[in-house]
Amino acid sequence: MSLSVALRHAFSGFALDLAFEAPPGVTALFGRSGSGKTTVVNALAGLIAVDAGHARVGGETLFDTRQGVFLAPHRRRIGYVFQEARLFPHLTVRQNLGYGRWFARRHGAEVADMGAVVEMLGIGALLARRPGTLSGGERQRVAIGRALLSGPRLLLMDEPLASLDEARKTEILPYLERLSRETRVPILYVSHSVAEVARLATTVVALSEGRVVRAGTPAEVLSDPQAVPTLGIRDAGAVIAATVAAHHPDGLSELATSGGRLLLPHIAAAPGALVRVRIHAHDVMLSLAPQEGISALNQLPVEILSLRRGEGPGVVVQLRCGSDRLLARITRRSAEALGLAPGLACHAILKSVAVAQEDVWIEGREER
Amino acid sequence: MEYLSPQEWSAVALSLRVSFWATLVSLPLGILVAMLLARGNFPGKQVLNGLVHLPLILPPVVTGYLLLATFGRRAPVGSFLADTFGLVFAFRWTGAALAAGVMAFPLMVRAIRLAIEAVDPKLEQAAGTLGASRAMVFLTITLPLILPGIIAGSVLAFAKAMGEFGATITFVSNIPGETQTLPSAIYAFMQVPGGEASAARLVMVSITVAMAALLLSEWVSRLVARRIRGA
Repeated sequence: MSLSVALRHAFSGFALDLAFEAPPGVTALFGRSGSGKTTVVNALAGLIAVDAGHARVGGETLFDTRQGVFLAPHRRRIGYVFQEARLFPHLTVRQNLGYGRWFARRHGAEVADMGAVVEMLGIGALLARRPGTLSGGERQRVAIGRALLSGPRLLLMDEPLASLDEARKTEILPYLERLSRETRVPILYVSHSVAEVARLATTVVALSEGRVVRAGTPAEVLSDPQAVPTLGIRDAGAVIAATVAAHHPDGLSELATSGGRLLLPHIAAAPGALVRVRIHAHDVMLSLAPQEGISALNQLPVEILSLRRGEGPGVVVQLRCGSDRLLARITRRSAEALGLAPGLACHAILKSVAVAQEDVWIEGREER
Repeated sequence: MEYLSPQEWSAVALSLRVSFWATLVSLPLGILVAMLLARGNFPGKQVLNGLVHLPLILPPVVTGYLLLATFGRRAPVGSFLADTFGLVFAFRWTGAALAAGVMAFPLMVRAIRLAIEAVDPKLEQAAGTLGASRAMVFLTITLPLILPGIIAGSVLAFAKAMGEFGATITFVSNIPGETQTLPSAIYAFMQVPGGEASAARLVMVSITVAMAALLLSEWVSRLVARRIRGA
């Protein structure tokens, strides 16, 4: 099942005009606040009617203005996890979980097993309680379970972590990762956090001012200089895949990437584990020649693919590093002094300690 | 009943019956109107709001007069209802119930409307995305959440109906056994020499019923609220 959307909608002083496809897996709808993300999600759920456009999930039309089709929200079978959990306060957690499931079953839809979902989200101990007594993170987990159990054809998640503090976010993220791996339902995940998107998404659709700026895999989108203004310059940075090669006795872990070896602070995964590493553009230095007598431990040979000037004094340089792409953000002055140009071979220098624990995600073990 | 004379007792029983029916019959209508006023967006909403609240501001005698002019035996609506359904209001206990219901209606609607306005429409939206039709959303989400308001509104309406005097006596007069409610009986006893003892006893009953209703409603809505808040 996959989702295809095309829509146009005018607000006062702002117009939405976009189209995208969301294949199975987690599609992140990414953009700053005001870019139109929530409108897209609300249109899919049937909470608003758009001026023109259509949306189809697995062959069924949710709405199509040209054909005059508008499926009522309760007939769409779309699980919606809202920013605030929106649990029903007068029902217990168990009753909340069973709410959508009851309607889905009555209409003969296939619903997930309650026990499995409860187990996956770790909410077994909460079943008899009421929402009023739950923490924010617990509430959001129950809301995810409630949506999952309604037999959805598509799961919409509108910044489910936005209302939570950092501790609660780290509590929920593993559950979301598990969910994205274990469910076959396509998930549209709205977020303005690059970290969340990089960690969870299989596809990224970057929105800006109501339009799709770039769509593709996280590796493609996050390493595209064109998408940098949308992502936010401080958050720019590519994500690359790597394999844990070895752990060194001095507390460093060695990773094998397509472009060479990386030494990073200790990663809690056995050798052979697959990880993804996010490398912030502002942490990457460029040098024309390999450097000696420098404290930074990582120097990868790279080739310059493109340079993109920003509004300020900076330049975003896209680099080819093996089969991966990296981004480096340097000053225009440096770029001119070094004579950087597309096609030039140079070295990307990365301090080990610049990569924080939360920039490394363990994907699992390498197959074979 | 040793404490009350037959006439006093019949006034108390009649008032309870009148108030019970006035509250029960106006409840569905009250929920509907409260829903319209809280959530509806239609031309004439302010007119409806004004109409509902009119009995609260008008002199009760005027309300009684208007009821008589509308539901009297020879009045347009009154004669239609009498001929078609055999439903007669003029000088019957049903008329007393109608008067009490009309007078109590604004209080009931206000309480329920406040409760509806306190319900987050986002919860109803969420229920919709989970597969509940609008009717099911109302039954499973809205109604349980506004239950305390419904109880409070009903008790308020019941208490108001128990005490209604002006519109009732204007519309259906003061006929012992038929339309002589508790306040009408107290008034009547005070008009005759030697009736003070009867009036005082009925005043005691009146206070007791009002207090009991108030305490009951407090207790029930606290019980319901606790269930809903979910502690």
